[in-house]
Formats: sequence, C-alpha cells, structure tokens
Amino acid sequence: MTLTILDQVRKVASDLFVLPADRITAESSPDTIEAWDSIQHLNFVLALEEKFGLQLSPEEMEQIRNVGEAARLVASKLQNSPR
Amino acid sequence: MSSEPKGLDLRNEIDRLISAGSTDLASLRLAELWRTEAGAGVAAFLVSRYEKLRGTVPLVSYRVAILRSFTLEPAIPLVRAEAFLHGVDLTLQVGDFNAYAQEILDPESSLYRFKPDAVIVAARTADLASELWQKYADLAPEAVSEVVERVRNSFSQWIRILRERSSSAIVIHSLELPAYPAMGLLDAQQKTGQAAAIQQINQELRQIASEHRDVYILDYEGLVTRHGRVRWHDERKWLTARMPIAADYLIYLAREWLRFVIPLSGRTAKVLVTDLDNTMWGGVIGEDGLTGIKLGPEYPGAAYQNLQRAMLDLARRGILLAVCSKNNPEDAIEALENHPGMLLRPKTFSAVRINWNDKAQNLREIASELNVGLDALAFLDDNPVEREQVRGALPEIIVIDLPQDPLGYAAAVRDCPVFERLSLSSEDLQRTSLYAAQRQRSQAEDNFQTKEDFFRYLEQEAEILPLSAATIARVAQLTQKTNQFNLTTLRYTEQQIAEMAKRSGCQILSIKLSDRFGDHGLVGVAIIQDESETCEIDTFLLSCRVIGRSVETALLSHLAETAASRGRQRLTGRFIPTRKNAPARDFYAQHGFQLLEENGDGSIWTFDLQRNTIAIPEWIRLKTGKGERA
Repeated sequence: MTLTILDQVRKVASDLFVLPADRITAESSPDTIEAWDSIQHLNFVLALEEKFGLQLSPEEMEQIRNVGEAARLVASKLQNSPR
Repeated sequence: MSSEPKGLDLRNEIDRLISAGSTDLASLRLAELWRTEAGAGVAAFLVSRYEKLRGTVPLVSYRVAILRSFTLEPAIPLVRAEAFLHGVDLTLQVGDFNAYAQEILDPESSLYRFKPDAVIVAARTADLASELWQKYADLAPEAVSEVVERVRNSFSQWIRILRERSSSAIVIHSLELPAYPAMGLLDAQQKTGQAAAIQQINQELRQIASEHRDVYILDYEGLVTRHGRVRWHDERKWLTARMPIAADYLIYLAREWLRFVIPLSGRTAKVLVTDLDNTMWGGVIGEDGLTGIKLGPEYPGAAYQNLQRAMLDLARRGILLAVCSKNNPEDAIEALENHPGMLLRPKTFSAVRINWNDKAQNLREIASELNVGLDALAFLDDNPVEREQVRGALPEIIVIDLPQDPLGYAAAVRDCPVFERLSLSSEDLQRTSLYAAQRQRSQAEDNFQTKEDFFRYLEQEAEILPLSAATIARVAQLTQKTNQFNLTTLRYTEQQIAEMAKRSGCQILSIKLSDRFGDHGLVGVAIIQDESETCEIDTFLLSCRVIGRSVETALLSHLAETAASRGRQRLTGRFIPTRKNAPARDFYAQHGFQLLEENGDGSIWTFDLQRNTIAIPEWIRLKTGKGERA
C-alpha cells in the first residue's frame, strides 16, 4: 500500500502544525492554519526536503502557498529527478 | 515509501494509548516512531503528544536560553523531541536574531528574565569574525592578530558578564573552519593561516572557559567535521532564510545540545549493562568455545575489541560496567578471564549475572546490588528481541540500539548521550574500585549476627569538611545526581553553590567516609541556613553507596551540636517526596524531630536544640575541622 504524494504532504503538515490529518486539505494555507507563520513555513519546507530527499530553491519556497501546491511541486521535482 | 502505513498506524496507536491512559506504552511507541522517522515532521507530533503525557510519565523540567547569530528555530522541535525521549521536559527561549551581545549586556533583557538553567551561545565564525571568514586573503598578518584578539576579548567579556549575572550553566559554541580556505592549499603551508587563526580563537575560548565555573565549550567545529563540512552547509538556505545548516543535519545540532542538557539535568546513566555473545565477542561461547569466538585486533574480531575499548573509556569516566548474559557461567567466565583478545576482565565489572534467567529479572538484581535506580542503567544487547523485552518490562531502563553491523557497535556506544559527563571528580575516577571494595564489605557483612557488630568491625571514620575549592565540584555533583537518600532533591550548579556559600548564615558541609575496606570519598552534603533562632536544613543527602551505615546520623548530630553552640533554638528541615527518595522519608522522625506541618509539597520537621541532642553512633569516629571527637 502506498500513499499519494498529496497524502504524504498532508501528513507532514499534520505533524508539523499538530492538526489531525483529515483537517488538512489541498487548500490548507497560512490563511486557514493559524500556526503557519514564516518560521513554520521554513520548517514545512525543511520537512518536505528531508522527507522526499530533495532541495527547494528560494523561488520554489515562495511559490508554495498551500498544501496542494507543495504536493504538486514535490511531485514534479520527484519526476524530474534522475533517481 | 513502504514505511508510511506503519508510521500512520503508530500515530493512531499512540493516540489510542494516550486516551486509554497507557502512558508507559505510549511513550515506548513514541520512541519507536522517532527511531524509524526522526525528523522535522515527526518532532512536532512527538512534542505535542508528550505535552499530553506531562504529569503521567516521569519528566524533569529544564530551561535553556539560546543566543544566536543565525536561524535555528527549525532545530527547536527536534531538540525538544529528543529531550522528551530522555525524560527531560525542555523549555526553550531563542534570543532575537543576532542580538546575542545586547542580551548579554542588558541586565533587563529577556535572557535574564527567563531565568534559564543553561544558556547556549551559538554564534558563527562568519558573524563574529567576518573579516577572517569573508576576506582573509586581504588581511595583513597584524590585522589577523587584531581580529583574533578582538574576538577573544568579546568572548571573555560576554562570559564574564553572563557568569556574574546568572547562575545558569553556560555553553559556548566554538567557531567552525571554512570548507575551502581563502588561500586554498597555501593555507596549510603557512605557519599562520585562515584555519590556524580560527583555531587560535577556539583555543583561547577553552582557556577562558576553564577560568570560570560551569562554563563549557560545545565543539561546534568538531561537530561539523564529524558529519562532513560540505554536506553540513546549505548556502541557499543561508542566503535566503539565514539558516546555514542543511535540513537533514539539524538533528545533529539538536543532539549535540542534548549531550549537554542530559548531564546538566541529571538524566545520565551510571551503569552500562552488557550482553556477552555477539556483543562483547562474535559468536556464542557455549557453542564456539574459547578458540572459536571472534575477538582480537583483526577483522572480524576487531569490531568487538573496538566496543570493549569504548566501554573501557566509559569506565574511565566513572561509569560502572556490568554483565547480563544468558550462558553457562563457567563458559563465559573462562572467556572473560582467559581470552587473549579481551580488554575487559572480570574485575572491570561491578556486577555480573550469567545465568538462564529472564534479563529483566537480572537487571533488577543488578540495580539493587549496585544500589542505583533502574533509570540509572543502560542496557546493551545485539539481539533486538531482548532489547524489546527489556523495554517492555522495564521502561525506565535506557536501551541502546545497536546497528546490524558489529563494526558500528563502538560508535553507537560512544554516541550515546547518557554517558556524557561535564566534570569528573576523584570519586568518578575510582568508582570501579570503590564498588569492588563494596562487594568485599557485603561479603563480610554476612559473617556478622547483628548490624551493630558489622558496623564495629568496619571501623568507619568520617570527616566533616567545609566548602572549599577541592570539594565544590563533588558537592554540586552530589546535589545533581543523588536521588534516593535526598530529603529535598534540590539541584544546584557549582555556581549556585558558590553563591549560596557567600550568603550570611549559610554553611555548606560535606562528609567523607572511609573504613577498613577503603575510602568511600565524599559521600554526603548538608546545606544549612541560620535564620534568627532557627537553623534550617536546605539540603541533606547521602550517596546511595553508604545508605544504611548510620553516617547520616553522624552528620545530623554534627549539625545539631554546632547549631546549638551558635545559640540556635531549633533545627528544622523539610522532606519533599519524589518518586525515588522513599529511603529518606522517615529520617527526621527516626531522629526525634517533631512534625510541624504537612501539605501537598511535603512535610516540615523541627528539633528542639535546647532539650535534645543527637548522639553520634559509637561505631563512627568523627573528625571535624576543629579536630577529632570521640
């Protein structure tokens, strides 16, 4: 059994923002999650990098405005990576 | 990502266990989750669940302030998670970005208001010595010396001021070297160079630290080197988020901080209990025999010899070694005594259990034989099944995880933070022989009909010492480590002890004990404070090694007699119950104190010095600063 990238990103967000996974959707963003401030944004990016073994550029960091975009970004980076 | 469903299941199980009140199991599962998935994401989950477990699992609180010149917030949940797993509930305050100097210099700063138990100063070479870091190649030799001097003076000033204004422990990050020196290969060819200049600052820093109490160096340069300088750094995160450390290396910084928090908060292991077959040597002694087991300077025996070397190094730090093995005792003892590859011999072990009993039972016996709590034991076994059983049966015990490959065993033991020490007393250095003498005592005790006869035979001599430079480190260490015979369990750093000693009416005494089998060293501490007609006992404790030898009565007798001679009317003391200090519960009642008050925090006892005295047991010869008394 494998989880979709979105499910895995939701789980990272659920751990990090300490919210049940079913409360986190693709639309969850700093506007809907109170704990999602600039430091937590950095933590979120670090957690994604660590989890998926990739590096996000400063532009990509800014591009992430909600959980769905983060998942799409991770998916496209994983597809393009040589491994 | 096949581990995903397991991780989710574990999280659900943890939440089920917490709501069902199975707190021990919940913390076991949290530790399991952390072992499989340690990282930024899980850290936040783990911290939030441990916050729910507060009050139901044993945790000590500890406060750390971090002063920094870079973004280290992402390491905070990591260090809190690691600390929770080691039984420490860590409260952290992170200083404003790059405001470390102001916070130290301003006596009203949030740093001092926070009242931390420890302060960590984490400043980077790039910030403190930016010239050396950025444009070393432009600098004339005199300019290099000036920078070294300036940084040295800054450190010296900050440490001095911190030390004056705060009694907390102080931990200073050393400065890292650049991955690529400005002059390339030339840097190593010169007598002085970029690396040499930074190393000189680090050396000066050690010197400054050694001139103060409770000031310690975190070898940041060593830490970066250990994990690989090039991989440690993330230039992109530095330039965009002022975070210089790569995401997956932050955990190592968090663990390095924890290495300090563990000895500072008293969560260390005192004993390493080891298995034999496939741990201490390769193979099974009962099947492979003395010549068949793998142990020696060459591969594959070298892996096991390396582990023995690591254990020997722990013994030099004052950590006791013990054996717990399922074996025929004759086979195993023969290997311990006669195998040419053994670095450890039977006398290196303070307790030995070689039998076919359950390991949990043996571990309980070892703890009781060595007179330490179960949480003072660390357990080493190559077999994951044994490890899981011990974790389940005795959750207090620290179980060390070993990798599959025996070549990694020694590093796993050396990496274990529970064996860290920040200072060594002469007692630490001789601990193994102290316990050997203790075994002889116990054997002798069996030959006597009554305890009193045994005490007379022991010929105990005690000496009461005032606080001095020679005793202060051990006095502080005893307040931090003593759990069982400790009336108030108040923990003090050396710095706090030194400050208390300056207060008018305060006396800090310690007691040394020796007997016909040898010297116990400094084994007890009493801290008293005179307030008008009362002499109040703030701290009264005795090392677990000498509980039940009536030396506590001798020390209390001394307190009573000297307080009376200073004209005090009464001696008062508190008993604050903890999970560990039941052995001290009846101490005041047994010595004729009256119960004054009892509430949720403990009890207060008083002794009328005008009407009563406390006799020194006839079998103890007590010496004090003023000379010998009968």
